[in-house]
Amino acid sequence: MSWISKTFSSSIGRKIIMAITGLFLCSFLVVHLVGNLQLFKADNGVAFNAYSEFMGHNPIIRTLEIVLVLGFGFHIYEGLSLAIKNRAARGAQGYVSNHIEQNSSWHSRSMAMLGSIVLFFLIVHLYNFFGSLRFTDVPRDANGNEDAYALVLDAFRNPLYVALYVVAQFALLYHLLHGFSSAFQTLGLVHRKYTPAVKFIGYGFSIVVCAAFAAMPIYFYFFK
Amino acid sequence: MAGSNPNAKPMNLTLKVWRQKNRITKGGIVDYQVKDISPDMSFLEMLDVLNEDLLRQGQEPVAFDHDCREGICGSCNLFINGRAHGPEQGTTTCQLHMRKFSDGDTITIEPWRATAFPVNKDLSVDRSAFDRIIQAGGYVSINTGGTPDANEIPIPKDISDRAFEAATCIGCGACVASCKNASAMLFVSAKVSQLALLPQGHVERKTRVENMVAQMDLEGFGACTNIGSCAAECPVGISLENIAILNQEFLAAKATSNNLA
Repeated sequence: MSWISKTFSSSIGRKIIMAITGLFLCSFLVVHLVGNLQLFKADNGVAFNAYSEFMGHNPIIRTLEIVLVLGFGFHIYEGLSLAIKNRAARGAQGYVSNHIEQNSSWHSRSMAMLGSIVLFFLIVHLYNFFGSLRFTDVPRDANGNEDAYALVLDAFRNPLYVALYVVAQFALLYHLLHGFSSAFQTLGLVHRKYTPAVKFIGYGFSIVVCAAFAAMPIYFYFFK
Repeated sequence: MAGSNPNAKPMNLTLKVWRQKNRITKGGIVDYQVKDISPDMSFLEMLDVLNEDLLRQGQEPVAFDHDCREGICGSCNLFINGRAHGPEQGTTTCQLHMRKFSDGDTITIEPWRATAFPVNKDLSVDRSAFDRIIQAGGYVSINTGGTPDANEIPIPKDISDRAFEAATCIGCGACVASCKNASAMLFVSAKVSQLALLPQGHVERKTRVENMVAQMDLEGFGACTNIGSCAAECPVGISLENIAILNQEFLAAKATSNNLA
């Protein structure tokens, strides 16, 4: 199997891992967003709690959860270790004068930093909701479902959490603005006819997803 | 002088030049003044003036790489005012003219920076890592025998154009120098796609990309994050599309070559 390990430990192979896991995590964002949009439903969380109960106990979802953890794990590990490797490749002696802002965008150069902000957010986010639901006894609502909605209400009373969640969505926005189309480039899916569409869809996807996620803490803090 | 501008006023400039004795010693920026520089001079001719001044004063001249001075050899690699080959797009240092600067300017001149490109002396760097990548690419098999007829192998015009565009890479290393990751991906992709696009390159197509990428990693170049600095600074305009072709070629070769190692 050495040719396989060689393929995925080469610089291009590792980029391909970043691209595939990145696009997979984009698909996760869609699922997560669509489910969580039920938070906006004016039923005091009945639908959201039922959905949350399903996501927490359905065996297929629980299996996919392992895939999701692997996706995050590979993306985070490869991302951080490539960032360290690339810094070493640049060398100890930097340029005295370097106008890199004239040939590339800030967010494309800041993927590791933006990703680290998202990672920090992810840890806090898992602690806020996933940790409580999975590892502690959460009070149940009138239908006998775990009251995840109450956890959301409670967390977003804290302005620090609201601020962190909104800042993290900005970091995710800029991460995706580069990451989405960059993944297609890495996979070699570049074509003069379709690449402009990929870029356009990537921008739209990033803005819509991050704006909708950021709307949740803001809505709960100000209107609930 | 024919072609010179009689109204062009000579310029006085301050140069901040990276001086470094050899590979081991630590270097630093040294300030120099150059006077009466004609705007018609190339950047390298301006450095020649500096070196003549230094020699007259009994000082060590500034070492910098140059050869053809007509923009095709890829030797003259200088990082000028924070940009590979200076402020002008699509040009090498030797084709950069002093009219792009103004009287009284301060110009910072540094060597390419990358772990895989160690500084030999002053502004001269060792780019033999590129040579070793090319060597790893191996050979192209051709038929021996009588002289083949011209255009014996039909190649569509758009394919030959794209292969030629990739082949214009002069291997100067501006892509590595300007990349925040010091990645050689644009260089390697130009060399790989140039031959992968043409039927003559198909015989060794898979081993070529496998070996060149392996050598690129071995030399200590970084990994590409698609920021695009390389293509923006490339003096001959090699496009990022080549990196996508390289990725395709690499994946296809790894999946289907007979090389198990």
